Order: sequence, then C-alpha cells, then structure tokens
Amino acid sequence: MSKKLYVARSPRIAARMLGEEMLVMSGQGSTLFTLNPTATILWQAADGTTPLDEIVERRICSEFEVKPDEALRDAEALAEDLAKHGILLISEQPILERPIASTPLLQEQPQR
Amino acid sequence: MSSIMQEISDRALRLGVPFSVQLDLTYRCNEQCVHCYLDHDDHGEMTTVEIKHLLKEMAEAGVFILTLSGGEIFMRKDFFEILEYARSLTFCIKLKTNAVLIREAQAARLRDLGVESIQISIYSHRPEVHDAITKVPGSLRRSVNAIRFLRAQGLKVVVANVLMTENMQDYHGVRALADEIDAKYTLDPTITPKMDGDRSILDLNAGESALRRLFRDEAFVGNADKFCAPPPVPDEDSMKALPCSAGHTACYVSPYGEFYPCVQFPLSCGNVRQQRFIDIWRNSEQLKEVRSIRLRDLSNCSQCAHGSTCTRCPGLAFMEGNMRGPSTADCEKSFARTGIPSANLLAKKQNASIPRLVQIQLVPAITGSRLSGMGAPQVM
Repeated sequence: MSKKLYVARSPRIAARMLGEEMLVMSGQGSTLFTLNPTATILWQAADGTTPLDEIVERRICSEFEVKPDEALRDAEALAEDLAKHGILLISEQPILERPIASTPLLQEQPQR
Repeated sequence: MSSIMQEISDRALRLGVPFSVQLDLTYRCNEQCVHCYLDHDDHGEMTTVEIKHLLKEMAEAGVFILTLSGGEIFMRKDFFEILEYARSLTFCIKLKTNAVLIREAQAARLRDLGVESIQISIYSHRPEVHDAITKVPGSLRRSVNAIRFLRAQGLKVVVANVLMTENMQDYHGVRALADEIDAKYTLDPTITPKMDGDRSILDLNAGESALRRLFRDEAFVGNADKFCAPPPVPDEDSMKALPCSAGHTACYVSPYGEFYPCVQFPLSCGNVRQQRFIDIWRNSEQLKEVRSIRLRDLSNCSQCAHGSTCTRCPGLAFMEGNMRGPSTADCEKSFARTGIPSANLLAKKQNASIPRLVQIQLVPAITGSRLSGMGAPQVM
C-alpha cells in the first residue's frame, strides 16, 4: 500500500488489559479476542490521527528488532484483520470522530 | 462458559483481578414483583459523581464485565450519563432491566453506546400471569415491545424466566415467545430470600415434583438421562474446587456502596464510599475468608454424593446461617434431578424422624434467680 493509512479503535468495543494481554470484545456478535503484545501496542496507539507507518516506526520498531518494511506489512495485515472483526477502523483520512471508547486504563497489578 | 472465556477467567483468578462486577444503581423499581428480594425504598443511593468515581476505580482495578442492574436501572434519571461514562472506560456492559421504560429512542441510544447485552425478566407469555407477578397491568406488553425495539437495533437480548409456583406451567410459552422475538432464553427455578433475611418468599419456590418434571424435560435439558444421571463420586479435584466465582473473580456493589462477594451473598466486605474499591477487593478479611473455602472444608457437603456436580450457592448457604454449610435450595434441586438425597437432606430427614418422646425444658416456676439452685431441667 502506498497511501497513508489511519487506524482508530472502534467506539463499540470493550477492552481491558489482563496481565500482559489486551482483552477486546467486539460489539459484533460479542466475540472476545486477546491481543498479543505487538497487537496491543498497535491497538493502543490507534488514535485515528497518527498514520500507521508512524505508529510502526515509533512504537513497534523501537520495541522489537524488526525491519520497518516488514513490520509495516505485518501491521497492515493485522489492522485489516482487526477491522474485519469490528475492533479497528481504517481510513485513508484521519479519523476524528470516536465518541465513546477512549484509551483503556491500565489496571494496578494486584498482589495476592 | 466458552473455552476462551474460561481461560480468561482462570487467568483473572491467577492474577487476582475482579474481572466481573454487578453494580446495582438503585433498588427503586416500577414493578413490585411478588418474589423480589429487595427493599425498594431509597436509603441513600450513591450520587452520579460517586458512581463515576467508583467506575474509574473499577476500571483501574481491571474490571472488564460490568453488569448494571437494580431495582430498575431506568428509574435513575442519570442512567444514560452513567452508562456513557462507563463505556468511555471501555467496560463490557451488560444490563438487567424489566424494560418497560425502553422505547425506540432508548433502544437506539443503547445501541450507539455499544451495550453487550440486555437481560429482561419475562415471567409468562400470558399477560394475566406476568402482570400478576409484577403487579403492573400492561407490563408484559411493554416489556415485549421493548425487546422488539432492542432487537430491531441488533442488540442481544436475553429473556430471563424466573420460575415459581405462579408461572411454573408457562416456561414453554415463554421460550416460544423468546424464539418468536429472536431473543435468547434462560431459566432460573430458584427464589432467594430477601436481603434482610426474610425467608417468607421462599414459599413461592416450585415444589419437588414440578422441578422433577422440568429436569426431565428434554426440550430444556437435552438428554434427560444424562442430565439426571447419578453424580460421579467426588474426587480430589472436586474437593479442591472453588464453589463459584463470588469473591474470587466477581463481586457486587449495592446502590449504597456496600461491597459483597455476590448479589446473593449479603456478607458486607466494606463500603466504596469509605474505602477504595481495590483496597476492599485485596484486603477485606471477609473476602479472604470466602476465598479460603473449598469443598473439602464444608462439614456436610464434603461427605455428600453430589459433591462433584452440586450447584451449591455459598451465598444461599450464608443466608441459611453458615457459609460453610449446605444450601438447601440446591440440595433440593440435586434431589429433584437425580432422585438421590444430599447429605444435608438425609440429615434433616433423620433429625425429623427421631421421635420426640422426651422433651427437656426448664419449668418456669423455678427458673428465677432466687431459686436458681433448683433450676434443674425436668424430664416431661
């Protein structure tokens, strides 16, 4: 893909960090997903205004030893997969209107 | 429970996360159901600000599934403000309501806010039965209309059919109604005591023969022989098993901020108006005690043939007087299902069958302090 892509968290999902993983429930069919650490980073950074290639460069390439081109291809595939499940919105324009779902809070890690 | 949800629930247990919370927003209600366990007067509900503060604490504590219930949630004028705030914190929201105040506009708003599901109480497909239970004429019609509005928005609706003597004949009709309006259906044959301990409404519980018929009804239980089969002998894993999620991955908060292990387990563990939600969850001595209990610790149930399959509710046991004791309502269900009496029922029967030929009591005339030395029991 040559055009810039913008990604945003869908306003109709429920989400919470549980340990190291992000739980996401799609409003479509109450389907529950767990995101691995890379997908979690992408999902958390999906603010609708930062282009996907910048998210990959700043948040994923800096965290994992991966080539930018390869990481971007993987991120695009992941974003499309999440979009298919109604978890993420994808657009070639910035996505500004997302009235409900904000960044999920990180919970305090309980001690038992 | 689906396997992924079970896996996530197990992980929440390992991490000590309160994964699922029921928050009752009010005990006020626009129906007056004959079997209701609540006091509907307002004794000082949490304000909008208090509830929002609590929701933020819950999100920080890791709560994912938030069930908003009551009373009737739509009796609160700030309901949509609370719901919108809760969704901004990305909770998975389930609602419990009688739905009589839901019209097209409310249904559309619920859809916009991304509510996961709405559970609606329907007692009968016949207005004369349903409305007699709710004591509100026209309530069945309004609730069913609301379900249609919600389904038209694509929302998931669960019809909750509580069974009691008044409507025991109608569960086929309610399920057919649920099918017709494209709602899911659940059935619950247990009436619980009032939260203040009053047990008079337990008389509404369906009797043993009605339960037996229900448990042999293959339209509801699948293979009846399998469902009603004698329980396997409890093994070591059963003895170590947790009774239920109450206090382990789930809890309940009342409209007054009282924190309990479950809505059916009125053991106060603290109040969120005085302590942080997470501090109660982590440090409450009452919760620690609830968490310590395993089947092997239960004096009666650990010896019971139903140990591995029993649905014993620790909250109902608590309301019976002992959280380590049996829940007789569950013993009766196990008996109706399998024909095998529980250890508790056997003990009760044994106690009842001992002839009371000898009664010992103090004779009133000689129990005064002046004659205390003579206050010996007298055999009658």
